[in-house]
Amino acid sequence: MLAGLFNYWVVIILMMAGLYVVMSSRHLVKKIVGLNIFQTAVFILFISMGAVDGGTAPILVEGTTLYSNPLPHVLILTAIVVGVATTALGLAIAVRIYEAYDSVDEEDIAAMDTEDRRQENAVTTVTNTPS
Amino acid sequence: MLVATVIMIIRTQKLMSAVLMMSFFSLLCSCIFMVLDAVDVAFTEAAVGAGASTIFFLAAIAIVGRTSKPSRPGKTLVPLIACIGTGALLVYASFDMPYFGKVDAPIHQHVAPRYLQESAGEVGPPNVVTSVLASYRGYDTFGEVGVVFTAFIGVLLLLGAGTRKAGIERPAPPNVNDESMRQKIVLREVSDLVVAPVLIFALYVQWHGDFGPGGGFQAGVIFASAIILYALIYGIVPAQQLLPPRKLAYLPGVGLLLYAGVGVYSMLMGGNFLDYDKVASNPLDGQHYGILIIELGVGITVAAVMINIFFSLSERSL
Repeated sequence: MLAGLFNYWVVIILMMAGLYVVMSSRHLVKKIVGLNIFQTAVFILFISMGAVDGGTAPILVEGTTLYSNPLPHVLILTAIVVGVATTALGLAIAVRIYEAYDSVDEEDIAAMDTEDRRQENAVTTVTNTPS
Repeated sequence: MLVATVIMIIRTQKLMSAVLMMSFFSLLCSCIFMVLDAVDVAFTEAAVGAGASTIFFLAAIAIVGRTSKPSRPGKTLVPLIACIGTGALLVYASFDMPYFGKVDAPIHQHVAPRYLQESAGEVGPPNVVTSVLASYRGYDTFGEVGVVFTAFIGVLLLLGAGTRKAGIERPAPPNVNDESMRQKIVLREVSDLVVAPVLIFALYVQWHGDFGPGGGFQAGVIFASAIILYALIYGIVPAQQLLPPRKLAYLPGVGLLLYAGVGVYSMLMGGNFLDYDKVASNPLDGQHYGILIIELGVGITVAAVMINIFFSLSERSL
């Protein structure tokens, strides 16, 4: 049982580590690193499921009949490239947030937002009082 | 080993080391994929995870700063409990999983046997991954290329096309003889040696993807990484003179249209969308041409998207 499920348990540990980074880290770029770890754990899960004992890479050659499953390979291959494109999109958003707030720290940004909202409310109450 | 790397990533406050550890993590994963017989995936992970995405992260932390503040102690407790709880549930669920490497697992009973047994006669290429990617699941791949294209449009809208805003002086292109370039002589010589073979290797991967591991996705990323290497060593300005960003921004669309064009052409010839049997008179020839052209479309889109994103991110950090 240990040998049969070991791969899946490693995947679960990696996945939860990625999730932990996403939830606990304050830095937006580090959150994206966490997402990447989570994503790679999913890749390992799929590829582990496609593997066959005694199989070989799914490139047809004479004299071999046992190949690993090509379908997860296709799905993950495209997912990796799509993953890097979406990662770049996330980084672009982080860069824009930095340019707008001069910080990529989640809590600092939230503090700035509450401060802004408080000031806006103060301004509206001041303009409303004379009437 | 993987788990140790990830723990390092969690513990470090320095983003630079976190990103480099992630690059190492990707390389390890690539080795694991190799061991699990997924050669195409290992190829892609090595090119993308350890190459392109690390460069993007480095470009981003060059802009946003290298250190993160430690999270407050109370703040980490809830995520930790949530993660351990979810992990325990997943481990409980894993007892229902078929054991690793079993031939009679459900995943190997569905469509995979047909792909493995019929693809040589129906599609042709000995690399089954290419057959499935480009022919059996051509719609999926078309969608994936569309997602890459959409992400590129998003980056373009957020950061601009890698061109400078008006009124900001471009830094002068570094002179080969000036002091800073002379210090980089080792880097320069090595990159001179490496860039051309890498470009040729990318073309080999592109056109040989039917027979060995490789294809448009890998070739695109490898091609882009050669250009990015050139831009890192010689500066972004000469690289942009080589590939003007304004013109480069059209290329992802060209690749996607090439892919869609094959689909429309096969419809005009009387088949379904992306039915390559109708592309040429002989179905096997048609499959061969169809796969070659759509892989070229994928390669163009991926390469152009990667280079464009790199230009956009690094122009911001100048």
